[in-house]
Amino acid sequence: MKDFSGYVLFLDRSDINTDEIIPAKYLTEPDRENLGPYLLEDLELEGFDRTRDLQGRSVILTRANFGCGSSREHAPWALEINGFHMVIAESFARIFRQNMFNCGMLTVELPGETIDSLFSKYRGSEAYVTAEVDKSLLTISNTQSKDEISFHISGYDKELVKANGWVEYADLRY
Amino acid sequence: MGQTITQKIFHSHLVDKPFDEVSVLRLDRVFCHEITTPVAITDLVRKNKDRVFDPDKIKAVIDHVSPAKDSKTARQGKIMREWAGRHGITDFFDIGRNGVCHALFPEKGFVRPGFTIIMGDSHTCTHGAFGAFAAGVGTTDLEVGILKGVCAFKDPGTIKVTIEGSLEPGVFAKDVILSVIRELTVNGATNQVLEFEGETVDRMTMEERMTLCNMAVEAGATCGICKPDMTTVNYLWEFIKEDFSSREAALDSFARFLPDPDADYSRTLHFDAGSVEPMVTHGYKPDNVIPVSSMQGRKVDQVYIGSCTNGRIEDLRVAAAILKNRTVSDSLRAIVSPATTWVYNQALKEGILQTFMDAGFCVTNPTCGACLGMSNGVLAEGEVAAATTNRNFNGRMGKGGMVHLMSPATAAATAVTGVICNSELFSNKRSIS
Repeated sequence: MKDFSGYVLFLDRSDINTDEIIPAKYLTEPDRENLGPYLLEDLELEGFDRTRDLQGRSVILTRANFGCGSSREHAPWALEINGFHMVIAESFARIFRQNMFNCGMLTVELPGETIDSLFSKYRGSEAYVTAEVDKSLLTISNTQSKDEISFHISGYDKELVKANGWVEYADLRY
Repeated sequence: MGQTITQKIFHSHLVDKPFDEVSVLRLDRVFCHEITTPVAITDLVRKNKDRVFDPDKIKAVIDHVSPAKDSKTARQGKIMREWAGRHGITDFFDIGRNGVCHALFPEKGFVRPGFTIIMGDSHTCTHGAFGAFAAGVGTTDLEVGILKGVCAFKDPGTIKVTIEGSLEPGVFAKDVILSVIRELTVNGATNQVLEFEGETVDRMTMEERMTLCNMAVEAGATCGICKPDMTTVNYLWEFIKEDFSSREAALDSFARFLPDPDADYSRTLHFDAGSVEPMVTHGYKPDNVIPVSSMQGRKVDQVYIGSCTNGRIEDLRVAAAILKNRTVSDSLRAIVSPATTWVYNQALKEGILQTFMDAGFCVTNPTCGACLGMSNGVLAEGEVAAATTNRNFNGRMGKGGMVHLMSPATAAATAVTGVICNSELFSNKRSIS
């Protein structure tokens, strides 16, 4: 199982799509590793500077419908290559969410009010998140505050995270 | 409680229920293209699992960048070609016989009512027009589909979208689906199937139904689905006539997938087709939809007619009718990309390509190309496109470009005037001099 902890990148917008996460022109790259430099290249968001903000972060906190649009699994791959294993959001697009779990990565859905309060309390600080999948517990903290938040993860999603993805799981079973 | 089309298909294809909310389904088709499949192939080879569950149920095409534009895309094609060869995948459509996957595969008769279909492409929902459950997936799901012929889905709900009444002249399926997306918003149908029904849908051709279902994913939907009827049977007849004694017998057989009258819907939406106007998107989200009349006069740099949404023969006929004896405005360039080799050839025979060329359109070979900013019409920074495609995301057709989505009729009228405008077909409003 991957390590689901790290410093948080705050992306304060809903409907961030997979074209913004990794533009289509890079889908011709023969190796996943080559996607690294292009993560979030087309995301235009006030205050977001990708050359500065991606450094040292491994958790994304964002709003609703993250990962909408294209089915490209290059989106989770580009995240993973840059050290991001977890995205916390109010909601996710179906295919992106499934792709994350299929790769053994984690998405956490929290109510809109909780996301709001996390943004207002932690944005602008060096916030650190730890997710314990077995306890369905998320801990977020900075130098001033600490919150523990329980989240829902289905049995199936938990199995995929533990198995580190869907291929091995399915090949043994079907 | 009765069942929806999707529930009936799920029940008839269920392999396993590893958890309450998850169904592992047997797949009737796995469709493949050269952007998302080569990574799956390479991964299977690396894992020493270079197998396919059934070469006859796998259909493959090179479409996103066709012909190859550089060494990287050439390599993707090569991986596909060699893989299809070594596994005996005979339905592999290489350059010269190819087309945009969601136009090509229906045209080849690969879709049936009640089928389960996956593809590493979000617009796989298009095939729901035939009463199939067809869903876009990522590369890992595709990989398992290729290897084992199964795919896991969270059981989706179904939203019933009833469309009744007659569309005004000049109003098309594209305008209807844009109106539906505006109502649902970009995530209003996440984990839902959109079941389109009502007299307007009943009267639609298969091509119009494909346009409708194609953009279901822009509302977050897993699939768009239409009830199989005689229109479906007629479209498929040349491919199924050996399997059934008559068209009626085929229809009877497909009727087992029709929704029950007391089926359980998570939501029901009603649209009056008569009040739908030609629509266009603004901004960078496909639910930012307004009537064309509200954006009349917006200058564009490029018109693009094509894609899995609106690159079929009926789309080209409508555009050509507007372009006949007219020329493209000097202020823009215009591109038409017939969706498949057959569409290209048919348009050639009907004189449609001549009309496009006489008007000053660049006619390209079939490819997804410009729709996703890959090739054949990428925008420069700051440029504006009027396109019959399905996504207006920031950078979609080229970094810093803006895309306005619209019907082929609106796109053709816009090509002539140089600014976004309604076609003359709409309520006889003569917006073209």
